[in-house]
Amino acid sequence: MLTDFATVLVFMVLGAVTVALLLLVSRLVQPRDPTPVKLSTYECGEVPFGSSWVQFNIRFYVVALIFIIFDVEVALLYPWAVIFQRLGMVAFVEAFVFIVILLAGLAYLWKEGDLDWVRTMQDAPARKEGK
Amino acid sequence: MEALALKLMSAVPALAGVPLWAMTLLVMVVVAVILLVFALTFGGLGSYVLRKVAGDIQVRIGPNRVGPYGLLQFLADGVKLIMKEDIIPAKADRFLFALAPYLVFVGSFAAFVVVPFGVGLIASDLNIGVYYVMAVTSLVVIGVLMAGWASNNKWALLGGMRAVAQIVSYEIPVGMALLPAVLIAGSLSLQDIVRSQGGLLGIFGWNLFHNPFTFFSFFLYFTAAQAETNQTPFDLPEAESELVSGYNVEYSGIRYAFFFLAEFGDMFVVAALASACFLGGWHVPFFRAETLPGAWGNLLSLGAFLVKAFGIVLVMMWVRWTLPRLRVDQLMRMSWKYLVPLTFVNLLGVSLWLLVFRGKGIPQLIASIF
Repeated sequence: MLTDFATVLVFMVLGAVTVALLLLVSRLVQPRDPTPVKLSTYECGEVPFGSSWVQFNIRFYVVALIFIIFDVEVALLYPWAVIFQRLGMVAFVEAFVFIVILLAGLAYLWKEGDLDWVRTMQDAPARKEGK
Repeated sequence: MEALALKLMSAVPALAGVPLWAMTLLVMVVVAVILLVFALTFGGLGSYVLRKVAGDIQVRIGPNRVGPYGLLQFLADGVKLIMKEDIIPAKADRFLFALAPYLVFVGSFAAFVVVPFGVGLIASDLNIGVYYVMAVTSLVVIGVLMAGWASNNKWALLGGMRAVAQIVSYEIPVGMALLPAVLIAGSLSLQDIVRSQGGLLGIFGWNLFHNPFTFFSFFLYFTAAQAETNQTPFDLPEAESELVSGYNVEYSGIRYAFFFLAEFGDMFVVAALASACFLGGWHVPFFRAETLPGAWGNLLSLGAFLVKAFGIVLVMMWVRWTLPRLRVDQLMRMSWKYLVPLTFVNLLGVSLWLLVFRGKGIPQLIASIF
């Protein structure tokens, strides 16, 4: 059991060592001639302006929130799947109730328009009046 | 691993004095190195095949200059990438910029631990196999976001954010679509899942043909996995016509190569999971490879497994060069409005089927009539 997971550790360490080793080899054979222009940020040849660490579209945050909810659920369904055939009907009913509640949540998000990437102005009437 | 080390120590008298833990560690490292070489070779030859397939589909020739049929192109590319200057932009966050390739590469390579290559050919048959793959490939997401953010580049940040939103959205359908295989086998270990698809029913013992829901769930998995590995039609994170190259714009030389290799590693892991969970893994149709004496059984099953996995990889490449790219809103709609509800309903369907027919699939039911 413990040796099973020791293998995982060996793999991870070997992966990291490989990256470090290849970087080292590359460091030994590559040319090094940094110039200010070469080290500047790439913006398709234009002179770069400002930082890129800017405020970001709130949609990404909403997607992350929805993901957390559903990912926890998937994590919960895995152990359920392992013992499903032993428990039979009870397990099915429990998972059914669980999934229906979550699908209701998904339906609510759908209705609220949180699943749409681009929200049209009709979806947000309050903002339209405000302007 | 320990068993293998014990066997080795009893077979070679010179090794008798070596402590068991050292021998076990040595065996582990050797196995890991073999798989590393496999992963790197797959990345290299995979890129060659990818370009040849692209060439064929777009009525071009593809790489044909280096070596016979251009077969050595990937070595030339590798040497070139190693010898390129490694540029870290002045404005970048140097620590995170350097850390990101480690996370991406380690996350992708660590998933190879549980790939069941043959009857006894598995680095470590973890009892949480499927779950482990889901967990460890999430490292890639962190690495990608880290790369995108640390570059301090507008393209990279956009690409990184898109990649995370996409991978995270499609992780749920991927996880749910693999559940039917777990339900049928009653175990998370990939070897147990493969073994549950054996028997003399041949290809009809596969989970793919178990019942209509599992058949459907294979295609759900394939679609979601295509998105998980950022391949066209879901290659928005690196959409070259609008984002230049996405999260890895600022990476050059060997650092870029790690992202590239990790992408191919992911591709293989996804194909391997699909073949292990739905296409019978290492089972040879109408034949019991596990009854053959050790080496031959392993060799035969390894061949069967690789044929299936590479077949799926080829189909993925074919899809990649055939379909046009989706838009971001279409991509999100595809996951949350179609794939997620469908996989949930599908899961309920599979579990209901197992309940009603007492775990038997259609082929077993037909076989039990005669």
